[in-house]
Amino acid sequence: MLDKTITWLTDPTHWAGPNGIPVRLFEHIAISSVSLLIALAIALPIGLYIGHTGRRTAFAVNSANLWRALPSLAVIAIVLPITSSIDPEFGFKVYPTVVAMVVLAVPPILVNAYAGLAGVDRDILEAARGQGMSERQVLSRAELPLAVPVIATGIRSAAIQVVATATLGAVFGFGGLGRYLVNGISQNDTGQIMGGVVLVALLVIVTELLIVLIQRLATPRGLLLATTASAAQSPG
Amino acid sequence: MLDFGWMADHLDDLLYRTIQHIWLAGIAVGIGFVISFALAVLAVRRRATYGPILAVSDILYTIPSLALFAALVSVTGITLLTVEIPLVMYTLVIFVRNIATGFDSVPADVLEAANGLGYTGRQRLWRVEVPLAVPLIVAGLRLAVVSTLGLVTVTSILGDSFGGLGFFILQGYSRSFPTELYFGAVPSIVLAVAFDVLLSRVQRRATPWARPLMGTTV
Repeated sequence: MLDKTITWLTDPTHWAGPNGIPVRLFEHIAISSVSLLIALAIALPIGLYIGHTGRRTAFAVNSANLWRALPSLAVIAIVLPITSSIDPEFGFKVYPTVVAMVVLAVPPILVNAYAGLAGVDRDILEAARGQGMSERQVLSRAELPLAVPVIATGIRSAAIQVVATATLGAVFGFGGLGRYLVNGISQNDTGQIMGGVVLVALLVIVTELLIVLIQRLATPRGLLLATTASAAQSPG
Repeated sequence: MLDFGWMADHLDDLLYRTIQHIWLAGIAVGIGFVISFALAVLAVRRRATYGPILAVSDILYTIPSLALFAALVSVTGITLLTVEIPLVMYTLVIFVRNIATGFDSVPADVLEAANGLGYTGRQRLWRVEVPLAVPLIVAGLRLAVVSTLGLVTVTSILGDSFGGLGFFILQGYSRSFPTELYFGAVPSIVLAVAFDVLLSRVQRRATPWARPLMGTTV
């Protein structure tokens, strides 16, 4: 099985043309990024708003959890006939998968944005207000930086789920790396299946590393110091 | 756009596929729960295994379901095993974490009191730790059931003998017949949401002291 995988992955014909690995990889990254950005644009403002104000929290968190119950394959299937009747090209190939991935990514981002802000010590906010900060400054200078780790965890989990699940788009009109899995099953081609599995796994790992890096950069130095303090005390 | 006559003619198929859907998910949740329970007890009893057990189950979760089903076809063929192994694996992540956290949430002085009363390790587990971990176990059950119900639709790529309601989704798609597509997609969503609502009721019963909002972070 391993040699079939390597043979498939190293075959130069699999690296060229419209079904080549670079094209499928690009499609996969593109649809994952677009879906994640749309989900961020929807979920972050709502999550931050309810986390900061404490308003409508039950409604927002409960409906986010209900969204989580929606099976991605069924969401793609439901959207497909509607969007493809509007736009036969993109409505068939792209929009259904994007919609399903947005549905998948919104709950973890929203719930963690809310939980991140709600978890910030109220005394710290009082102190910030006492220093004469406006509500906007309290949010941007005290609440948000302290909530970064929890918010980033939500985004990370959303991103990984999206990269992994976007493969389902290939069951329908979308390409991406899932195309190798679907074609491999129907053609009974082990090398192609395993090659696809390896590529998706690599992409998931790279995504995870990238987000951990961004998370590191976005976390205030004080919080990072607090978590690495014990390691820093080593001799030398 | 929808052919209601066709739907009316296929109600018995719908019933069959719905039962298959619940059955395929039920096997996975049942087996996954038993394995996870054992792993969680091990992780809590032998602290050194706690980190590795959680890490391995986390890695399993990042493997796309489609990839796992596809990869297994070359090992176990198109059989019930190929359907259930991935489904069980995905439930492990949810269950192990929740059950282990549940055991961890039992206060140390409660455990000491149990020891002081002369409970053996086994008695303490069943009479003290498990009952106190019930809320988190039920929360895990809800997540596991709902996510497994969603994944069952994906097993339709393995052929007509599996897939539950996903069968109609794939058939409807390959025949360009939206009626059949919706005949699978809408009930599979209804099924997942229905179980989610049902188990959230159970969850509330199990934690009468908790506000329904908490414990929702990933």
